Amino acid sequence: MTNKIITKELTGSQVFLECLKNEGVDTIFGYPGGVILGIYEAFYHEKKIKHYLVRHEQAAIHAAEGYARVTGKCGVAIVTSGPGATNTITGIANAYLDGHPLVVFTGQVSASLIGNDAFQEADIVGITRSCTKHNYLVKDIKDLARVIKEAFYIANTGKKGPVVIDLAKNVLDAKIEFEYPKEVDLEGYNPTYKGNPKQISKALQLLCNAKRPAIISGGGVLSSEASEELTELAKLLNVPVATTLMGIGTYPMDDQMALGMLGMHGNYWANYAISNCDVLFSIGTRFNDRITGPSKEFAKNAQIIHIDIDPCSISKNVTANIPIVGDAKIVLQAMLEEFKTKNYEINKENKREWFEQIEEWKKQRVIPEIQSEKLHVHTVLEQIYEYTKEYEPIVATEVGQHQMWTAQAFNFTKPRKLLTSGGLGTMGFGFPAAMGACLADKNRLVLNIAGDGSIQMNIQELATCVEYNLPVKVMIMNNGYLGMVRQWQEKLFDRHYSETKISGPDFVKVAEAYGAKGIRVEKKEEIIPALKEAIEYQGPVFLDFIVEPFEMVYPWVLAGTPIDKVILSRKE
Amino acid sequence: MQHTISVLVKNEAGALSRMTNLFSARGYNIESLTVSTTLDTKYARATIVVTHCDDSVIEQILKQLHKLIPVIKVCDLPPENSTTLELVFIKVDSKNEVGELLKIAEAFGVKVIDVSPKTYTLQAVCDEKQLKSLVELLRPIGIKDIVRSGAVSINVKSE
Repeated sequence: MTNKIITKELTGSQVFLECLKNEGVDTIFGYPGGVILGIYEAFYHEKKIKHYLVRHEQAAIHAAEGYARVTGKCGVAIVTSGPGATNTITGIANAYLDGHPLVVFTGQVSASLIGNDAFQEADIVGITRSCTKHNYLVKDIKDLARVIKEAFYIANTGKKGPVVIDLAKNVLDAKIEFEYPKEVDLEGYNPTYKGNPKQISKALQLLCNAKRPAIISGGGVLSSEASEELTELAKLLNVPVATTLMGIGTYPMDDQMALGMLGMHGNYWANYAISNCDVLFSIGTRFNDRITGPSKEFAKNAQIIHIDIDPCSISKNVTANIPIVGDAKIVLQAMLEEFKTKNYEINKENKREWFEQIEEWKKQRVIPEIQSEKLHVHTVLEQIYEYTKEYEPIVATEVGQHQMWTAQAFNFTKPRKLLTSGGLGTMGFGFPAAMGACLADKNRLVLNIAGDGSIQMNIQELATCVEYNLPVKVMIMNNGYLGMVRQWQEKLFDRHYSETKISGPDFVKVAEAYGAKGIRVEKKEEIIPALKEAIEYQGPVFLDFIVEPFEMVYPWVLAGTPIDKVILSRKE
Repeated sequence: MQHTISVLVKNEAGALSRMTNLFSARGYNIESLTVSTTLDTKYARATIVVTHCDDSVIEQILKQLHKLIPVIKVCDLPPENSTTLELVFIKVDSKNEVGELLKIAEAFGVKVIDVSPKTYTLQAVCDEKQLKSLVELLRPIGIKDIVRSGAVSINVKSE
């Protein structure tokens, strides 16, 4: 007898599942189709990985991103070739701009057919090149396990982002002895995590001597889980903290030194503090135009310290005086260490005027205008926030007025609680992202604050919610308009509401037709009972709030003007 | 100012288009681009010449190139320490002033690689400046066509 080691050969589809298990994946969003039938056959026999069938591929990607945002792990999705793959583009671009880790598998026609314009063939690697961190086309089963290992590594390290793996059909059908690589070998990919110590001490020195310092905390602080370090350092150095939309929750909004959100719809005082500071310490933000206005006018008297894991983000939009390439958490830890062990002196006295000035600016608040008998969104959101805050809900939003009002009204005190599309501004993001959140944190209350325009962009996912009993509570601020665009038309285009009046279905009936619950709310006194009913109901709910159509979001900085040109009411 | 960027990249499918895509997606202009494998065929070397961009744009280009996963090394070659040349073929009308044409060719060390009743084909290895003067001198004689390889460059004082 010879001692022959018999190892079982696996098909590419089985290898795919084994790789996912090795990466600790237990949740995947997807939609089947011709070329990936082999994978769905493997799912049929699979017990450890749960596949969630969405109703549109775009939603699979947003759901995976929602899952990633809540857990900090890679979100995973699979779709078929051609239209299945092209439908994912918006989702992928969204994750790319907001820097969340995804691995997206797309089917591809067999390697021998690629380039022939075969049925459901699309050059998805070409199409996704500029909206992925990296992408792969796998034509040979020998590469499959290595590519999957690399993809997860790339997606969830450095500046996080989506990676696409295009799987040719022949790869899924071929067989191989499975072995998952232990390490990745990527010669050209070495993200910098540790900040330069000299730059760190220079930064600390500058911050200690500052009279009017301010911090901007961005999405990078969230990605690297650096909230604690940020809070400790801000307190030690006695520096107020503003957050970007993506950074909301990285610094507790209810803290005395919190300035809240800055930018186009940011707080008056946050924009003023950033515009007038002498030292600006920005962490994990790329200085998007929505927070800077014209970059030449932005924080023009400030020395700028900029931590970012992506060297490209430094001095791209705003020139940094002290650039520090590195991971926010690691750099902030190093700063804390350095501060505690060396003799840095903080002069709290010389900042007193600065804090007094900020208190003065804080008086510049928006006084909500009451325009009609109808419900107003700020009232609705205030009540939703007050009623749900004890649950510490995860709040997803769509894009538009309701999104900005949510960012303003909810006092987020923890990271990973607000899921919103910042960079790409994708209407239709919130609902599927909220589905992903339901699966990421199964006992948590998950809200999706939506507009009547946005919700119609992925409304089909109600079927998914009902099928898997994902209890998303969708709060539709129904004003019959694409409100944010209408707001711009009112101010800048002489109230020509060109194509912004939008009709929708009866959302209560829609909910019921899908087998969910629908509640309409038209009066103030109906709000709390409706919220109570929605939360008590063990399933997805549409709450249709009929609201005043002509409310405006303030504070407001018009595009192209400096961020201290803050408009607080219609009268300005 | 003109910059010559040398990029060492994995010799794999799509690597070139990742680089060019970056330029088009971000609105940077490429003056010339040459790519070929290195001694080790696992890698390729791209030489990219860019013009009309200020320091901050160059910095972005270098960083963005470096961010691409298959890119191993990116170098902005300093003109004082590097030699940059390209191969150029020029077809010149041979109906008139052949004597003048040959004189110019000789002065520039240009080879005549083909002669036909109507056309002389010249082969030059030169830098940007030399090429400019060569073209200026040949233009009155009649240039019919010009084919340029794009620049390649090597750092000559680093080792």
